[in-house]
Amino acid sequence: MNNKLKIKISVRNLNIYYGKFLAIKNITLDIPERSITAVIGPSGCGKSTFLRALNRMNELLPDVKTEGEVSIDGRNIYSPDVDLVKLRRNVGMVFQRPNPFPKSIFENVAFGLRIQGIRDRERIEETVELSLRRAALWDEVKDKLYKSALELSGGQQQRLCIARALAVQPQVILMDEPASALDPIATLRIEDLMRELKEEYTIVIVTHNMQQAARVSDFTAFFLTDEDRAGMLIEYGNTSDIFTMPKDPRTEGYITGRYG
Amino acid sequence: MVNPRHIFDEEIRRLRTDLLRMGTLAREAVDKSIKALVNRDSSLAEEVIVGDDIIDKMDLDIEMKCMELIARQQPMARDLRVIGTILKTITDLERIADHAVDIAKIVKILADQPPLKPFIDIPRMCEISLSMLDDALKAFVNEDTELARKMCERDDLVDALYDQVFRELLTYMMEDPKAVVRALYLIFIARFLERVADHATNVGERVVYMITGVLKELNV
Repeated sequence: MNNKLKIKISVRNLNIYYGKFLAIKNITLDIPERSITAVIGPSGCGKSTFLRALNRMNELLPDVKTEGEVSIDGRNIYSPDVDLVKLRRNVGMVFQRPNPFPKSIFENVAFGLRIQGIRDRERIEETVELSLRRAALWDEVKDKLYKSALELSGGQQQRLCIARALAVQPQVILMDEPASALDPIATLRIEDLMRELKEEYTIVIVTHNMQQAARVSDFTAFFLTDEDRAGMLIEYGNTSDIFTMPKDPRTEGYITGRYG
Repeated sequence: MVNPRHIFDEEIRRLRTDLLRMGTLAREAVDKSIKALVNRDSSLAEEVIVGDDIIDKMDLDIEMKCMELIARQQPMARDLRVIGTILKTITDLERIADHAVDIAKIVKILADQPPLKPFIDIPRMCEISLSMLDDALKAFVNEDTELARKMCERDDLVDALYDQVFRELLTYMMEDPKAVVRALYLIFIARFLERVADHATNVGERVVYMITGVLKELNV
């Protein structure tokens, strides 16, 4: 990997258990700042578990144990003094199915600001507009900001969820299969948006769709399960290298559709 | 609504520009090699030989870029034909430049020997071959199938000139054994130019394929 890039997220010897089951095993990797890193691999290889470890979302599930270290800007997010609310504001998340609140478009984006206690009407309006612009949605919704978010198309709803994540000014955006519920054109629009967002944010995306990883990401990590069904990191590198000359035969087998 | 693949489009556009630049360098190499022959200019010939490294590097760089785009962007339909055309065309351009080097090497050998005869047909062959290449590249840029088809027809002129040069030089060899080496070298040069025209024809055929999706030989 390119050594010149500044590391944003550093993962060291990460193990995650669901009860006694070891879901991911000894993952160590560095995620560079202002880039898109894709995690690919077959179902059940621990991709989403890994992603949720990056903002401690796994803790919302019962009986999860995490070992190892995840540092963002050099600070271990698992140390006891970490403020979880601040952490999740800094590390936003976008999910597989667009999940707008049953509120207006405006209120969806303003939501994070309101729960932060921000009352300044002007500031909220500015942030909502800026976030919608950054999410490449503004032009499509500026005349119907007070209509229900549920009236938007799937692709628009997903961009709204991205705008909602951007409104609280995160540095990292985690995306779990952000386009799997969208049609091909809406998918390409989300990918185009991701490329724009990486100028300012560090993006980590989990996807089943390895063509999507090939198109959009700068770096690709390939996960696979071992004989005990624990997810392992098999190979990690520049996306161009992974998709034109992978080093590990298992990566080659997976991306050529012959394995996994 | 913004085209969601504008970055991919930009990459293809850049590839097309690179191909054009490579084509321009290859045509200049051939042009210089024949100028060096006519003017008995060894240093110009040397320039052609040295300059080939740039063209060889472009060949590899463009090929790698095409491979990366195929792997990462999953090109379809027209996008796929454009990338396929570029992949094939760089090989023809690289060969054209190699023929310029072949000619330049002979120029350096002939520089030490007295001239055999004034050059008429060989510069003419060069002119037609390069006009074919120019039109093939122009057809690529402007997506002009008509121009591509027309340029391929001129391959017959180059072939006819080659036969003519061959017959003429044969008589020189029969008349004077001391002329054999020089005449043979000139036949080689004519042969290289004839090959340049063949490669230009290949480029024209690929351009027609790129635009129409129909792949066929335009001059058999």
